[in-house]
Amino acid sequence: MTPDRDANYYWRKGKNWAATSFSLACVALALLPLFLIFIYALMQGISALNLDFFLQMPKPVGEEGGGMANAIVGTGILIGLGALIGLPVGILAGIYLAEFGNNPLGVAVRFMCDVLSGIPSIVVGVVAYVLVVLPMKHFSALAGGVALAILMVPTISRTTEEMMRLVPQSYREAGLALGIPQWKTTLRIVLPTALKGITTGILLALARAAGETAPLLFTALGNRFWSTSIMNPIGSLTVFIFDYAKAPFEDWNRQAWAASFVLIFLIFVLSLTFRLVTRQRYDHN
Amino acid sequence: MDSRLVQAPSVSTGTLQGDGMTPVPFGAKSAIGRLMPNIGDFVFKNLTRLFAIMVFSLVFLMAFEMYRGSRLTIDKFGWSFLTTSTWDPVQGVFGALPFIWGTVVSSLLALAIALPLSLGVAVFLSELVPRWLEGPLSFMIELLAAIPSIVYGLWGVFVMVPWLRITVEPFLAKRFGYLPFFTGAPYGFGMLAAGLILAVMVLPIITSISRDILKAIPNLQREAAFALGATRWEVTKIILQGAKSGILGATLLGLGRAIGETMAVTMVIGNRSDISASLFNPAYSMASVLANEFAEATTDMYTNALIEVALLLFGVTIVLNGLARMIVWGMTRKYKTP
Repeated sequence: MTPDRDANYYWRKGKNWAATSFSLACVALALLPLFLIFIYALMQGISALNLDFFLQMPKPVGEEGGGMANAIVGTGILIGLGALIGLPVGILAGIYLAEFGNNPLGVAVRFMCDVLSGIPSIVVGVVAYVLVVLPMKHFSALAGGVALAILMVPTISRTTEEMMRLVPQSYREAGLALGIPQWKTTLRIVLPTALKGITTGILLALARAAGETAPLLFTALGNRFWSTSIMNPIGSLTVFIFDYAKAPFEDWNRQAWAASFVLIFLIFVLSLTFRLVTRQRYDHN
Repeated sequence: MDSRLVQAPSVSTGTLQGDGMTPVPFGAKSAIGRLMPNIGDFVFKNLTRLFAIMVFSLVFLMAFEMYRGSRLTIDKFGWSFLTTSTWDPVQGVFGALPFIWGTVVSSLLALAIALPLSLGVAVFLSELVPRWLEGPLSFMIELLAAIPSIVYGLWGVFVMVPWLRITVEPFLAKRFGYLPFFTGAPYGFGMLAAGLILAVMVLPIITSISRDILKAIPNLQREAAFALGATRWEVTKIILQGAKSGILGATLLGLGRAIGETMAVTMVIGNRSDISASLFNPAYSMASVLANEFAEATTDMYTNALIEVALLLFGVTIVLNGLARMIVWGMTRKYKTP
C-alpha cells in the first residue's frame, strides 16, 4: 500500500467517524428537550397534584388552593361531543378506505385526510366559530365539540384504515367463501379482528384532542364555574393552563403544571399502549 | 342473475337456522332478500362511501365558510391586506404584514435549526441504530410530537425564556452584537424564543418522515456500496442523495406545522406587531393574533379581518401539505414497487 493511499484511507475513516458522532450528537440534542420537559413537568406537577386538584372548583383570584374539577369535566364533555360527531364519520370513512378504497375516490380521500391533518388547529377553531358560534350568537361547548370533531376525523379514519388493512386478506376470503355477505364479513370478522388496534388508536386521537387549546379559545371559550350544558361556554384543562400560565400568581402557575402533567401522563400511557398493541399485531402476522 | 346464484344451494343443502335441524332455504327470509340479495352490501358500501365523500368535502366546506366569513375585508382591502402593516381595529384599518413577517421569520428560523438536527437523527435511526434501540428511540421521538403545544408553551415561558434572557441573549449580544439580528434589549420573549420552541416542535415530524423515506430505500443500494468498499458515511451519502426529494417533502411538512403552530408561539413570541431585523425583539404571528384577539373582536370588520388571516393560514398550509404529501407518496411508491 502506498503511503498516499494510506492517508486517504484514514481521511475517509475520520470523516466516517465525524459523521457518526454528528448523528449521535443530534440524537442527544433532539431528545434533550423531551427529557427537560418531562422532568420539569414531573417535578412541578407531582408537587402540585393532589386530590383537591381533581375535586375542587377554582378559587377566586388571590385565594390559595382549589382545583380544576370543572375543567376536567369540561374537557370530558368536549371530548365526548367531539367523539360523538367525529367517531361515526371517521370510522365509516376508514372502513370505506380499507375495504373499497382501491379506486380514485379512495386515493383522493386518503390524500385529503393527510392534508386535513396538517391544517393548523386554530384554523379549525375559526371554522367552528363561523359554523356554530356565529349562527348561535354565543360561545358554546357544542362549538368546541365541533372543532375537536373536525380535528379528530382524519386521524380516526386513517387509523381505522391502517388497522383493518393489517387483517390478513385470507380472513375476508374465508368469510366470503362461507357465503357471508361482504358487509357482514367486514363488520363481524374484519372489524373485530382489528378492534384492539382501532380502539387504542382512537383513544390516542381523543387524548391528543384533549391536549388541543387553540380551537377552543373562541368556541368553548372557557368558564370558571360549573357548567355541563353544551349550549354554554365551558372550561377545559388546556385553556386553564393558558390562563394560569399568564397569571402572575405562583399558585396558579403551579396548577398549570399540574394540569400539564395530567395531560402528558394521559398521552404517554396511551401512546405506549398503542405501540404495544400494534406491535403485537405485526408479530402475529 | 345474482338471485339465481344464491338460490342454487338452497335446493340442495340450505342453511341451518331456527332449531338448527330443519334446513331453511336461502333467500326465503323476505321479498326484498329474494329480489336483491346484495342489498346489505349495497347499503353498506354506499353508506361508507357517503362518509368518505364527507371527509373529502370537509376541506372545501372549510374554505368556503372562511371565504364567506371574510368577504368584508377581502372586498375592501384586496391585496393590500397582505402588504400594509397598520392593524387598527378602532379605525377599521387592517393590514396583516407584521403577522405574516412574524410567521415567516419564526418558521424559517425553526427550520434552519431543526432540519440539520432532524437529518442527523433520521440517519441515526435508519442507518446506524442497533436493533434493540430503534423501537424505544422512535417512540421517544413520536412522543415528542404528541406532547400538547400548550405544554411546550408552558415550558417555554417558565424555563426557556428565562434561560434565553439571562444566558443566551446577553452572550449573543456580546459576541455577535455587530450583526443586526442580535441587537436590542434581551427580553427573552421574542422571535428567537419562538423560533427555538418551533424547532423543538417540528423536529419530530421532519425526523420521522425522513426516517421512513430513508428506510424505504432498498438495502440493495447499501449493500452494493459497501461491496465497493465504501465507509458507512459514504453509503449514507448515497442514500441521502436518493432520498433528496423525500426529505424536501418532510421539510415542507415541518414548515406547514411551524406556520400553523399557535399556543407555544403565542406564549413566547411577545405579541407585539413590529417588523424588526433583531431576533431579540418581540413579534407577532398570524396564528397568535387569532389566539389573542378573536374572542374579543367586536365589530364585523374586525372579525372578518381575523377570519381572513385564518383563510390565509389555511391556504398556505393546504398548499404546503398537498405538495409535501405528493412528494412523499411518490417517493415511497417509487421504491415500494420492485
